[in-house]
Amino acid sequence: MQKTKIAAEIMMQPKGRSAGLQGKWELFVKDMKRDRHSYVLLAPYVLLFLLFTVFPVVISIFFSFTHFNMLEPPHWIGWENYSKLLWNDDVFLIGLKNTMIFAVITGPVSYIACFVFAWLINELNSKVRAFMTLVFFAPSISGNVFFIWQIIFSGDSYGIMNGFLMKIGIIYEPILWLQNPQYMLTIIIIVQLWLSLGTSFLAFIAGLQTVDRTLYEAGAVDGIKNRWQELWFITLPSMRPQLMFGAVIQITSSLAVADVAMALAGFPSVQYGAHTVVTHLVDYGTIRFEMGYASAIATVLFILMLGSNLVVQKLLKRVGE
Amino acid sequence: MKLAIRLKKRVNRSWQVDIMLILLLGVFGAFMAVPLIYVINNAFKPLDELFIFPPTLFVRNATFDNFTDLFKVMKNSWVPFSRYIFNTFFITAAGTAGHILLASAAAYPLAKHKFRGHKVLFTVIVLSLMFSPHVTAIPNYMIMSVLGWIDSYQAVVIPAFAYPLGLYLMKQFMEQIPDALLEAAKIDGASEYRIFWQVVMPLVKPAWLTLLILMMQMLWGTDGGSFIYSEQLKTMHYAMGQIVQGGIARAGVGAAVAVIMMTVPIVTFVLSQSNVIQTMASSGMKD
Repeated sequence: MQKTKIAAEIMMQPKGRSAGLQGKWELFVKDMKRDRHSYVLLAPYVLLFLLFTVFPVVISIFFSFTHFNMLEPPHWIGWENYSKLLWNDDVFLIGLKNTMIFAVITGPVSYIACFVFAWLINELNSKVRAFMTLVFFAPSISGNVFFIWQIIFSGDSYGIMNGFLMKIGIIYEPILWLQNPQYMLTIIIIVQLWLSLGTSFLAFIAGLQTVDRTLYEAGAVDGIKNRWQELWFITLPSMRPQLMFGAVIQITSSLAVADVAMALAGFPSVQYGAHTVVTHLVDYGTIRFEMGYASAIATVLFILMLGSNLVVQKLLKRVGE
Repeated sequence: MKLAIRLKKRVNRSWQVDIMLILLLGVFGAFMAVPLIYVINNAFKPLDELFIFPPTLFVRNATFDNFTDLFKVMKNSWVPFSRYIFNTFFITAAGTAGHILLASAAAYPLAKHKFRGHKVLFTVIVLSLMFSPHVTAIPNYMIMSVLGWIDSYQAVVIPAFAYPLGLYLMKQFMEQIPDALLEAAKIDGASEYRIFWQVVMPLVKPAWLTLLILMMQMLWGTDGGSFIYSEQLKTMHYAMGQIVQGGIARAGVGAAVAVIMMTVPIVTFVLSQSNVIQTMASSGMKD
């Protein structure tokens, strides 16, 4: 017994390591051959995904350490773009502050709104439910018709808001809603919320419909007294996967406020009242063509978005544990 | 049995709270709907009604003047308005078709086969949901200019093929297909490609419609971004922006364009709603 084992070890020894490597390689080739159809099916998507999503992130990080204007070749300048961005660019800091305000308000509010309205709609009978789903989802799918709000908050007395307030006598002169930094942020937040019942809202409605009905019955037996307890102890934990998916969508879009701000408050907005990280990026990337600096802004945005998403995912994983 | 469960559930509810919640739903429903109702009414208002003080929500004497004006105004511009409509339709249709095809092809092995690298790939896809396309806009501009795609349809259409959200949803949905079904097809001698095309694809029709809605959300409202300069390649959304910039005089025409823009996605959603909800049920993030 002992002898044969030693003998076997001796026999293995001369090419032990290379045999191991070779074995691994053979296994690899075998796996690749077995799964070749999978790779063929994946190839077109993955190539485009690498080219237009992964590779851009990588080169954006690279260019953020260079000075580059698309005419001369880029040259390496180290952390200079970042130090300029964080210490010498007051407009960026205004943009960062506004982005944080938007995100901290529209992120959680829209997330909760998506859930609350999905939950309320779910209680209705199926025809009304389909109609209410449409009512709440319509703004986000209407192909950027948010310019309607420009008419509602128009600065003259033909704007709905001014007309209404003047009619009931709260104000006597039209207010320049979208030119006044005092109102700009609030209006953009309202419009952003109006647009925010999108993909996650649908995911929540769907999630609510899949919650196992017998759980509610069992809950009633176990002493759940009212709908709030039902919501907290049964509905929310059963929907955790959808809740996590919804969080990703809402966080990402709440940090990306730009289109609405640019359309309503103009670009650049008065006193940079509606300036955000993304509009700053647009400014340097597509107007000034300072690509190195713009890449640094994009990288900061990337870290901001990815970071907050990962933190929130960690937190949500704990819900109901 | 079902009724019994229903009744038991109702025991827990007080009617006061019910009324409060329905009021809440009504108030916010109105907040969502009023701007859209307002713009639809504006599109049918004659000029004098558009400028009454105080402004009214509903139209009194509806006309089609704004729509006929729209085509008149746009006839005198560089390109006829029908060209903008065509561009929007074309970009949306081509982008959606390519995306559904490529994303489904990639989702099938991700959902059903444990090939080398499937975990890494899926993690990267999920991570890419966590940042918006703004992050990659500048390098994408450079890539487009290297490819020579600036100022062409493909600059907008091709990147849309590889949009991560569609693949993610498709993959989650495909996981529900029973493995036994695929095994049976395999035993019958079908190749992987045939299984994908003839077994899997027909089963995930609800997910196609969901991807259609998502792509519509993204492509229907696109103005071509920084990739398209030529007037004849610009989209309806861009034209709408130009008209609205025209100020008060164009208020009615602007509303007419908005109505044209809204109709297609909303009708599509109405027709596909139940399928979309079915797909979204599997959207959850499992660890």
